[in-house]
Amino acid sequence: MIAYHRPRKLEEALAIRAAQDVAVIAGGTDVYPAAAGRRAWGDPTHKDVLDITSIPGLDRIEETASGWRIGCLVTWSALGRAALPPLFDGLKAAAREVGGVQVQNRGTIVGNLITASPAGDGIPNLLALEAQVDIAGPRPRQVPLREFLTGYRATALEPTEILVALHVPRLDGARSGFVKLGARRYLVISIAMAAGVVAADATGRIAEARLAVGACSAVAQRLPALEAALRGVAIREAAEVVQADHLAALSPIDDIRASAAYRRGAALTLLRDLLRGLA
Amino acid sequence: MIAFTLNGRHVETDAAPFAPLSDTLRERLGLTGTKVGCEAGDCGACTVLLDGAQVCACLVPTAQAEGARITTIEAEDPLVEQLRAAFLAHGAAQCGICTPGMIMAARDLLTRDPTPCAPAVEEAISGVLCRCTGYRKIVDAVLDAVPHATPMPSAGGAVGAAVARLDGAPKVAGTDRFGADAAPPDALWLRVVRSPHASARFTLGDLEAARRGLGLQAILTHRDVPGINAFGIMPNLKDQPVLAEGLVRFRGEAVLALVGERAAVEAVRDGDLPIAWEPLPALHGVEAALAKGAPQLHAHAPGNVLVRGRLTSGDADAAQSAAQAEGAFETAFVEHAYIEPEAGYAEPTQGGMTIVACTQAPYMDREETARVLGVAEEAVRIVPTACGGGFGGKLDVSIQPLLAVAARAVNRPVRVVYSRTESMASTTKRHPAILRARMAADAEGRFTAYALDADFNTGAYASWGPTVANRVPVHASGPYRVPNVRNRTRAVYTNDTPAGAFRGFGVPQAAIATEALVDDLAEQLGLDRWEIRRRNAIGHGDVTPSGQVLHASAGLPECLDALKPVWDAMLSRVAAHNTSATRHRLGAGIACMWYGCGNTSMSNPSRMRVVLGRDGTLTLFNGAVDIGQGSTTVIAQICADALGLPLSAFRFVLGDTALTHDAGKTSASRQTFVSGRAALEAGRDLRRKILALANAGEDATLALSGATLHVADRAGGGRSIDLAALASDLEGDGRYDPPTTALDEEGQGIPYATYGFAAQCALVRVDTVLGTVKVEEIVAAQDVGRAVNPTLVIGQIHGGIAQGLGLALMEEFIPGRTENLHDYLIPTAGDVPPIRVHLIEDPEPEGPFGAKGVGEPALVPTAPAILGAIRHATGVRVTRVPVLPHRLWEALHVRQG
Ligand SMILES: Cc1cc2nc3c(=O)[nH]c(=O)nc-3n(C[C@@H](O)[C@@H](O)[C@H](O)COP(=O)(O)OP(=O)(O)OC[C@H]3O[C@@H](n4cnc5c(N)ncnc54)[C@H](O)[C@@H]3O)c2cc1C
Ligand code: FES
Ligand code: FES
Repeated sequence: MIAYHRPRKLEEALAIRAAQDVAVIAGGTDVYPAAAGRRAWGDPTHKDVLDITSIPGLDRIEETASGWRIGCLVTWSALGRAALPPLFDGLKAAAREVGGVQVQNRGTIVGNLITASPAGDGIPNLLALEAQVDIAGPRPRQVPLREFLTGYRATALEPTEILVALHVPRLDGARSGFVKLGARRYLVISIAMAAGVVAADATGRIAEARLAVGACSAVAQRLPALEAALRGVAIREAAEVVQADHLAALSPIDDIRASAAYRRGAALTLLRDLLRGLA
Repeated sequence: MIAFTLNGRHVETDAAPFAPLSDTLRERLGLTGTKVGCEAGDCGACTVLLDGAQVCACLVPTAQAEGARITTIEAEDPLVEQLRAAFLAHGAAQCGICTPGMIMAARDLLTRDPTPCAPAVEEAISGVLCRCTGYRKIVDAVLDAVPHATPMPSAGGAVGAAVARLDGAPKVAGTDRFGADAAPPDALWLRVVRSPHASARFTLGDLEAARRGLGLQAILTHRDVPGINAFGIMPNLKDQPVLAEGLVRFRGEAVLALVGERAAVEAVRDGDLPIAWEPLPALHGVEAALAKGAPQLHAHAPGNVLVRGRLTSGDADAAQSAAQAEGAFETAFVEHAYIEPEAGYAEPTQGGMTIVACTQAPYMDREETARVLGVAEEAVRIVPTACGGGFGGKLDVSIQPLLAVAARAVNRPVRVVYSRTESMASTTKRHPAILRARMAADAEGRFTAYALDADFNTGAYASWGPTVANRVPVHASGPYRVPNVRNRTRAVYTNDTPAGAFRGFGVPQAAIATEALVDDLAEQLGLDRWEIRRRNAIGHGDVTPSGQVLHASAGLPECLDALKPVWDAMLSRVAAHNTSATRHRLGAGIACMWYGCGNTSMSNPSRMRVVLGRDGTLTLFNGAVDIGQGSTTVIAQICADALGLPLSAFRFVLGDTALTHDAGKTSASRQTFVSGRAALEAGRDLRRKILALANAGEDATLALSGATLHVADRAGGGRSIDLAALASDLEGDGRYDPPTTALDEEGQGIPYATYGFAAQCALVRVDTVLGTVKVEEIVAAQDVGRAVNPTLVIGQIHGGIAQGLGLALMEEFIPGRTENLHDYLIPTAGDVPPIRVHLIEDPEPEGPFGAKGVGEPALVPTAPAILGAIRHATGVRVTRVPVLPHRLWEALHVRQG
């Protein structure tokens, strides 16, 4: 029988985590399908479970001195409903595109991050937001997202740790957007996607641009060359700046959803569409 | 103990905390209205409300229900009640397996937004998949909270009435019993161990030791099959083992059957079983299987060719022509994706076996199961449950022989529920096809010749391969007058998943090729695409390529005429839009189809019985399985009017081989036509007997009140029959077998008694930069002979269109890669556009009240119409489906150099 822990205190949860090899579960929208997939081909085994959903206080979105803190139990739906500045429009757009309403009502943004799928819709948004992750464990720490994501479905989270919150720094005057491409209208894994945060000065010139592309490499990528090229450009003309060279760092693959060449081309288009949408 | 509020009542359960809530509701708390279609969040059939918000119960740990309010379809709730009525009135529930989830998702929306717009409804239900309806009727139902239901017709008024399906109430209440919804309490569980390899030998170690170690009742191998370890559709082609004998030919083939208590069976790791695999090279696709030196997969099929089909009329090579078109086309494996995976149970009886399971073909199941058990057919009883979609995929046996073997071995009831992946990996698919076709026309655009060479990948076992190979040559040249035709088909064995029957039996694949060639010819000759089709449309008195004269019910010209204004409007809209649009371009497409109802040149009789009891009950014993398409309702409507008593007077005994006659299988668009005609005969037979008893004339009217039957003649006279005083019940018997003849070596003869005809126009919007396609509208015109129930007919057309759209744009089953509904995409509520339907009624004299089949035809023209529209928008002539965005993008790039 699979042991199931559902502590009411973070300390208890950490103690369980420290003592044994358990699978953390939040909304379960990644945990259950993965288990079903293994079971279908003859592996019904599952790790013991640590359910963190009855720990109070982790489902809040709070404004802090330097930005916003998004608790690890904040679901896509809760984020979508929250009163947040335009900086979050991209993440909110993603919140409406992840799965269907049922999945949005249960799935968490943090769970999406920790699954670290190349096609996770939250990840490029969080990269563009320059989110930091707040980790509880034997050695509590804050890690920038770029360092946290270490590879294909891999993160720097230790088996003894729990990710308690995301921290999104303030960026005045910034807006964000998200565009997703899939082979059907709803309930679809992204073939490619682009997220971006853009802050413009009073004259409409880009002061800071942060752009990220997902599903086109093992880990979603920021595009520093493009970001540099956009600095000082009038936001209306930003879409025209995007060139294939800016995507050199991507390494898309051929899979059941699309070809690598297509993904590269699509990423370029999505970035242009995204910037047009932000103009 | 986990405690929560379930539909307003406090419940406690000792379910495992990690058990999905769906399982706890169904297996612990007995509420089976919440359905399970995937256990992975992909289908939404398990949608319930948790504290008022829709969630997939299969993704919720039961532990997380602690203290929550859970609302399911069983709830007594005014909004749910309204939705139930609206779903019934709109025909929004076909098979009904998605209905509980749909209603819960809609309930979530309506509490937040009582007057939503259509896009809001689509978004709210976007997480629930429906494979039957095409969603539009569901959206209508949610938008129309106070529906206007069609009243039950009075005597003589049933045919043509848009009454709600007679079996609908339990579907919207969540009380209909599907395959997984009930089993005897002492039933053991079966789990099938399947090959992870497409081609391999294997040896088995000490199974008895494994059985003891794992705490199972039995581990079964092919040695435990008491009769013949083989099944298959064709009488002479029982080529698929129930359990493999040392060799597997596809990934997903059954190797062992584990039987025991549920927990024990579910805990087994395949890796802990003593199976030693020796993988062999696998033949994927027909090219590999036909290559020189390819290993031969079956002794009876040299060169891996299972069967060849052909048709020749005139001389396709010599025909004169002003224009010639040719092309090679390729289609993919398509999964039926019924939302209900196979499920049911077997219960041993004295000397025999009863199988209660979802199926499309009870009598065929009986025959197959009896052979496997080594008993007489009469010793096996098949009791179909409600069937959560079939589309051809539940014609073949799947669980039935396995259950029978297991129940026999342990001499106890045994149940099984396939997982989504197991269902997808092990059951049949639509045949992938490689088609090379050529077509010619004279200067006026009259078709002169057509030739096709097509190879169908039938996978590891024959299933319906021969049917596809034989049906395609008859239909391939399309519903047109073509004097010279030469068609050759092959069904080829490979190491892929077996391909079988799927709505259209190969005809949809062929139509993709043919309709593209028709567009080619129109382009070459400078003719409008509607015009060339209208000029060639086959009609009354025309001769088909198999030499059959269409004496009646050939309404394609009328279908095309009905579409003409639509077509012209679409063309103008496209032209107006595209003058200024560069990136998002519109395109219009048109395609036609014909489809023979019933088996190809084979006897396929149905028999129906209707009994007027001495107690005044009127019972139709109907062996036709309603898989959502509506045969229970339609056949009753026909019988009611043939008899002259009101539809509301009927009770039903449905599809139980012990209680009903063989009404054939629910396939080949035959139930309305063939079983409907048998029901007509049964109704007439009973009427004749009543009239004789009352000594009344033909035009007498009947009325039933209690056990008294009133027979009134026109003049106002009449008599009453006291049924209770009769010596026996009154019985009507009806049988019908459509008149066909065998096809000769050149495919000449009368393969079908009647054909359905249809044409569709599609309007698409293509993002030429991303290669994505959005279908904006479909308009269909279909000759259905007679629309016995317009709501149900339109429902079939909508559903067929949705599947055709999936075939065209997104569906591609790849063994080992798209074995779930996450990676295998079917259309969602946001993908199916508004659909308009023109029903053409050119009556079929053989059919009941003029009716003929509608189930399959609607799917056939959709994909070619969409492909034609894509071509119109972009200039890309698509030769491979599905047109995934990257494929269209690549084709656009090639064009742009
Ligand atoms: C039908 C369906 C459609 C989907 N569509 C999309 C889509 O379109 N786009 C997309 O991006 N995603 C999609 N998803 C996945 C998406 O739902 C998840 O990524 C979700 O956001 C994960 O959150 P969760 O709370 O459900 O995670 P869980 O399943 O509970 O956990 C996910 C992982 O994170 C770990 N974890 C969770 N929280 C913590 C924590 N605080 N500390 C440490 N470890 C933790 C778990 O151990 C697990 O490894 C879909 C899922 C389904 C079922
Ligand atoms: S069974 Fe839960 S989503 Fe399919
Ligand atoms: S009615 Fe929706 S799946 Fe059958």
